[in-house]
Amino acid sequence: MRLTMRPAGRNQVVSTFPRRSVVLSFMTNRDQPVFSLKGVTKSFGGHIAINDISLSIGDGETVVLIGPSGCGKSTLLRSFNGLILPDCGVVRFDGEIVSAETSESMRRRMGYVIQDGGLFPHLTAYENVALMARHCGRGANEIRDRVGALSELTRLEVGTLDRYPVEMSGGQRQRVSLMRALMLDPEVLLLDEPLGSLDPLIRADLQSDLKRIFDSLKKTLVLVTHDMSEAVFFADRIVLMREGRIVQADEPINLLRRPAEPFVTKFVQAQRQAVDVMRGLEA
Amino acid sequence: MRLTRTILPCVAVLLVFVAVACGEDRADVRIGSKSFTESVILGEIATHLVRDTGLSVEHRREIVGTRILWQALLAGQLDAYPEYTGTLIQEILAGQSIENDDALSEALAEVGIVMVGPLGFNNTYAMGMLKDNARRLNVMSVSDLRKHPDLSFGFSNEFMARGDGWPGLSKTYGLTPANVRGLNHDLAYRSIVDGTLDVIDIYTTDAEIEEYGLAMLEDDLHYFPRYDAVFLVRDDIEPTALNALRKLSGSISQSRMVAMNARVKLHGEPETVVGAEFVTEELGVETEIEVLTLGQRLMHTTLDHLTLVGISLGAAILIAIPLGVVSAMKPGPGQVIIGACGIVQTIPSLALLVILMKPVRWAGADGFAAPAIVALFLYSLLPIVRNTATGITNVSATLRESATALGLGAGARMKLVELPLASPMILAGIKTSAVINVGFATLGALIGAGGYGQPIMTGIRLDDYRLILEGAVPAALLALMVQGLFELAERLLVPRGLRIRVAH
Repeated sequence: MRLTMRPAGRNQVVSTFPRRSVVLSFMTNRDQPVFSLKGVTKSFGGHIAINDISLSIGDGETVVLIGPSGCGKSTLLRSFNGLILPDCGVVRFDGEIVSAETSESMRRRMGYVIQDGGLFPHLTAYENVALMARHCGRGANEIRDRVGALSELTRLEVGTLDRYPVEMSGGQRQRVSLMRALMLDPEVLLLDEPLGSLDPLIRADLQSDLKRIFDSLKKTLVLVTHDMSEAVFFADRIVLMREGRIVQADEPINLLRRPAEPFVTKFVQAQRQAVDVMRGLEA
Repeated sequence: MRLTRTILPCVAVLLVFVAVACGEDRADVRIGSKSFTESVILGEIATHLVRDTGLSVEHRREIVGTRILWQALLAGQLDAYPEYTGTLIQEILAGQSIENDDALSEALAEVGIVMVGPLGFNNTYAMGMLKDNARRLNVMSVSDLRKHPDLSFGFSNEFMARGDGWPGLSKTYGLTPANVRGLNHDLAYRSIVDGTLDVIDIYTTDAEIEEYGLAMLEDDLHYFPRYDAVFLVRDDIEPTALNALRKLSGSISQSRMVAMNARVKLHGEPETVVGAEFVTEELGVETEIEVLTLGQRLMHTTLDHLTLVGISLGAAILIAIPLGVVSAMKPGPGQVIIGACGIVQTIPSLALLVILMKPVRWAGADGFAAPAIVALFLYSLLPIVRNTATGITNVSATLRESATALGLGAGARMKLVELPLASPMILAGIKTSAVINVGFATLGALIGAGGYGQPIMTGIRLDDYRLILEGAVPAALLALMVQGLFELAERLLVPRGLRIRVAH
């Protein structure tokens, strides 16, 4: 995949393995992270959704936002592409402040995938994927090639492209939604519970596919989930939130080893219990 | 996108069709008539006379309301129509206190109108009683009614209200009957025959006077003014036409008019036949009567009706969808827009038609159809505006946000996502408007715009159910057809993804 609008140096750094350590060193070296948030606060009708959030996300990093329902993780994600503008504090993307004026053009550099896919029901899969490229005046051949490459990448079943969203399965919808998000080859992918509405088997399937896709793309990723194992599966860094604040932003293993407060342990443990119970039964 | 791509050509074709329909050559002479039999007969007589000179003539029949005819004459939309001196003096030129026919001629000449006539008969009001009843009670004149305050009086609603009607009459004669009521004129005849009423107001040339054996009471105090029939003619009419019409002066006697009214009203002969016979017998003018077949009549009324519906609905679609979009995007102005469209709906149709006649003429629009088209246009707005606004507002927040997150601006979002998603709702609104429009368009006949309302009005006037059905049935069929047409359009216009239902 081509990564456009990016200084040449960055790609090489990201492609080095293992990524986790690279990213951390990268964070210290670079003067400009992809996203940097300072004191971001947003409330809705008196309820504070996110409270004084400061966070930096480096190029090529995969960050997972997690926490109990209503902790503000989705709101935080939506502040990245300006769907939500903070009451106070600033969100910067590539050094520039995300505002009402700047967000429209910035969004074309950020793919966005939501729980049910958010596909337009009046358009076929192909039309959904191609919509933005057509709007930007890309040539028909270029679009066809790009859609072809993306359906290979996402392993979309042949024939799905001509279907309307109502005619697709949940998994197919998410694949198409991902293709749509990737169509303009964005620098960043924002995913809000992309697997949230799928049943467990399809979910596991798509999870490994996503992992493979993300690894091959080497893009900056921010993913929201409430599932701890999913977070561990994808994340370079997990941002655990509670009541609008960040409790701990760290490598996954450190949540277990060095929890910032008892809530972290509680949260991590809560999701391990099912497996533990089963193991107990086995023994 | 698909919506605009498909609707725009449709509307364009519609407008072209309508422009062709409107562009029909205008007749050299246009004659009008009021919405009662005598006036229509006089209109036909004039039509035959003028046609005999070789000019092309158009007869705009049965226009409701003296004011409308008068204004149309002044504006040059009509060249001539039959009127009554009493109406001119008491009503149209009431402010000028005109004493006699000469003064009337002068007053008319000042506004460019030539008065031809009097034609020879006086169609004034009179009090009527059953002959037997009058003889038994020894009532010969209106004054005699004072001796019988217990009689039941029933008057047409107009007579009850007019200053020169019942209020003046009761004052002049000192009549204080215990029982007076207002009712429909045709109904009054039935009531007097079955004995519910004793005294009614009649027009002195009514065909029913003879038919039902009524006595006209003598107006011994000369309360009722003369209502001598005349023709009002614009002074810029073709001179040959004016000369032809002048032949009518003094040519129609009271009894002849009553007889002609009776033939149409009671024996169902067409006005044009009765008029032609008169012209041949009394004025020696040979005429060709063109009695249209049912098919020809239907073609005329259908074309008129489609013109009214086509232009008004086409314009409403073009204007209402953008208004709906604005209403959805800006709730403040939106409330004002939808409120205004709603208020228009509450204006009674005849009132709206009359209100519109002046500004429409002032805007230079010709033809009787224009006010009707504007009224239909206004009535058609609300369903489309409201459905467009609702359709857009109902687009789910998730989809709206998906479009935003892709980087689409507000305009592109509207065009590519919100309007297509709202298209089923918008089409439903257009369908509602179209069906209502087809029905409302029958009212265009009230002001001479033609259409399916024309036979309905004639049918009501002549109590002829076949004629009423000749308008009502095609109107109903057209409404059904329009409904079907839009259901078809739905298949073409609404994206397939919004129509398919998948069993889950």
